[in-house]
Amino acid sequence: MIIALLSDLHANLEAVQACLRHSTERGAERFAFLGDLVGYGADPEAVVDIVADHVARGAIVVQGNHDAAVTNGAGGLNDAAAESLEWTRDALSPSRRAFLASLPLIVRENDICFVHATADAPERWAYIETNGAARQSIEAAGTTYTFGGHVHQQVLYFHTRTGKVAPFHPIAASPVPVPSHRRWHAIVGSVGQPRDGNPAAAYALFDTASEEMTFFRVAYDHIATAAKIRRASLPEWLAARLENGI
Amino acid sequence: MADRVAPGSVIDGFVVGRHLHSGAMGNIFEVTRPGLDTPMIMKVPRMGPNEPSEGMISFETEATIVPALSSPHLPHFIAAGDLARTPYLVVEWIDGMSLEEALGSGPFPPLEAARVGAALADALHSLHEQEAIHLDLKPANIILKKDGTVALIDFGFAHHTRFPDLLAEETRFGAGSKAYVSPEQIQGTREDPRSDLFSLGVILYEMVTGRFPFGEPDADVRNRLWLDPAPPAVLVPETPPWLQEIILRCLEPRAERRYQSAAHVAFDLRNPEQVVLTARARKSRRLGIMQHARRFLHARRELDVRLRQGSVPAGRPPIIMVAVDTAHPDDERQGAIQRATQQILSLSQEFRVVCVSVIRSVPLMDGALPSETASGIHFEHLVRLRHWVEPLRMPVQRISLHAIESENPAEALLEFANRNHVDLIVLGAPGPTRPDRSWWRSVASTVTANAQCSVHVVRVAERGTARP
Repeated sequence: MIIALLSDLHANLEAVQACLRHSTERGAERFAFLGDLVGYGADPEAVVDIVADHVARGAIVVQGNHDAAVTNGAGGLNDAAAESLEWTRDALSPSRRAFLASLPLIVRENDICFVHATADAPERWAYIETNGAARQSIEAAGTTYTFGGHVHQQVLYFHTRTGKVAPFHPIAASPVPVPSHRRWHAIVGSVGQPRDGNPAAAYALFDTASEEMTFFRVAYDHIATAAKIRRASLPEWLAARLENGI
Repeated sequence: MADRVAPGSVIDGFVVGRHLHSGAMGNIFEVTRPGLDTPMIMKVPRMGPNEPSEGMISFETEATIVPALSSPHLPHFIAAGDLARTPYLVVEWIDGMSLEEALGSGPFPPLEAARVGAALADALHSLHEQEAIHLDLKPANIILKKDGTVALIDFGFAHHTRFPDLLAEETRFGAGSKAYVSPEQIQGTREDPRSDLFSLGVILYEMVTGRFPFGEPDADVRNRLWLDPAPPAVLVPETPPWLQEIILRCLEPRAERRYQSAAHVAFDLRNPEQVVLTARARKSRRLGIMQHARRFLHARRELDVRLRQGSVPAGRPPIIMVAVDTAHPDDERQGAIQRATQQILSLSQEFRVVCVSVIRSVPLMDGALPSETASGIHFEHLVRLRHWVEPLRMPVQRISLHAIESENPAEALLEFANRNHVDLIVLGAPGPTRPDRSWWRSVASTVTANAQCSVHVVRVAERGTARP
């Protein structure tokens, strides 16, 4: 079965639609949304509805720090993120806010762990920026595969034989073997707000049968999305960020 | 499972035959499969609680990378077993003699070493073009095929850009074979294709002199960071200066001072007259003790810095071949081709330019004047090429000039481009109204249709033609 892994959607409707279409064309049968459905972008309602619709049909979803902040306040966010939080909260209906509040922090299914940040302390929203952090998360997950986001860059961490963990920076659209005798932690990149200088949306596919992962970059009309952010009177830098992918 | 692999057993339809080799990584058997005529071998890793894990990691590395490769210089992948249950790898058997075996009867004459070295550089170029680095290049892993080309085998230490590097954090056995391993590998870098060019330098040195530049395999491997090897011509006086230049340039401890691509090494080994000779070519003794001490201290400082920062390998500098018609130096196309070349060169400092003029075969004759002799005519065209290239103001190391004799310019250009791994061909477009230059038309279209690389066809706007 092919699972589509989408993280850090950030209320970017055009990017979410582009990635869903792209993954469906490539045979995705199951969807996992790895948190941060909202925040930064101008379409929180539409994006929450799309995710809720997929969840009703069996998709997996976990909560991200931006989703939690809608209910819990800006405590878990940096200043920049807090700027758009109020706008997002006002834009969401009570039922959609309740949906975001109800999301689990971590989901384990068979030999896969789904989590927004790290499996060792999902509620602390730590960033995986070192091999050691990846290793802690892999070991706490206890599963062969851990899939997450939070860090807006695509990285695949893997266990070596001697118990160390090493990073691999995948090349878009190039399948990577992820055999199940090792343990893997994939950070699938951000659908709604890429930050590596490439404005194209990022997501990944996992093929459980062939034990392969493919990371993708999907072009969408990010200029139009940036214009929406400006029209919504969200901070200007959020629009510029989408235009430049930084 | 793997322990039960023995002559006579059948695995996924492959009938195991003769046991061929037993190495640190595992066993190799001949295999056959009903319905398949190809001669094949099966590699099976050693497994079990007492086996070192490096054998398994190397096996996994090879089983990941080999299926992604495709070239006459590399083993053709046939099948692989499931790693967790039935690990095996079946590849096509490459017929030939290993370079190790060939070197058993002593070093090669210098020109034969250059020929084999060029074939080896071709194989490396093909590997590097596929985003892989061998990292364990040594004579035992090099097969000399009957057609004069070379194939590489054993990818247990290799690196491929598109796959996780399973050996990346395994510094214990991340480096290749001691006599051949590059300085970067000792420093923990596995992402630099120029590491293979260092090993190629060691192999060239060994082929010419019968010795290792940095001593026997049990020497301290870090010596190549500072040790100045004895110049090949000191050991084998008939070593031509150009070959010593190539070998010592491959052996530079700092990757940025080496050749930057295998294609360039192959080019120089095949075009000795184009090798720019530096102090390396003239070296007739090793550095003195004081200079050695300085290099040693410098290397130690640098190793510290490298280990903290890591190194950044450069991309492969592309080779641009410009076809220049030196028989018609005043043709208006010349200026246009020159301007186009200049524009291309302005894009990057990295390009290498190869200017080629195809001249008609000169009958061997002894004229009274130099301009009437074969070598005199040849030289005259080289002078015109040098004149043509002069306005480009390129450093001499990045330019080479060739006058090729042939009755078929298109074929000669194509053969030269393919043999020298050219990345871009620049040549003039045929004009529509010049019957006397009709050969331009056939040359440009034949080259464009049959080149293995991109072709830039430079067109000159026709003057005086009325446009609607």
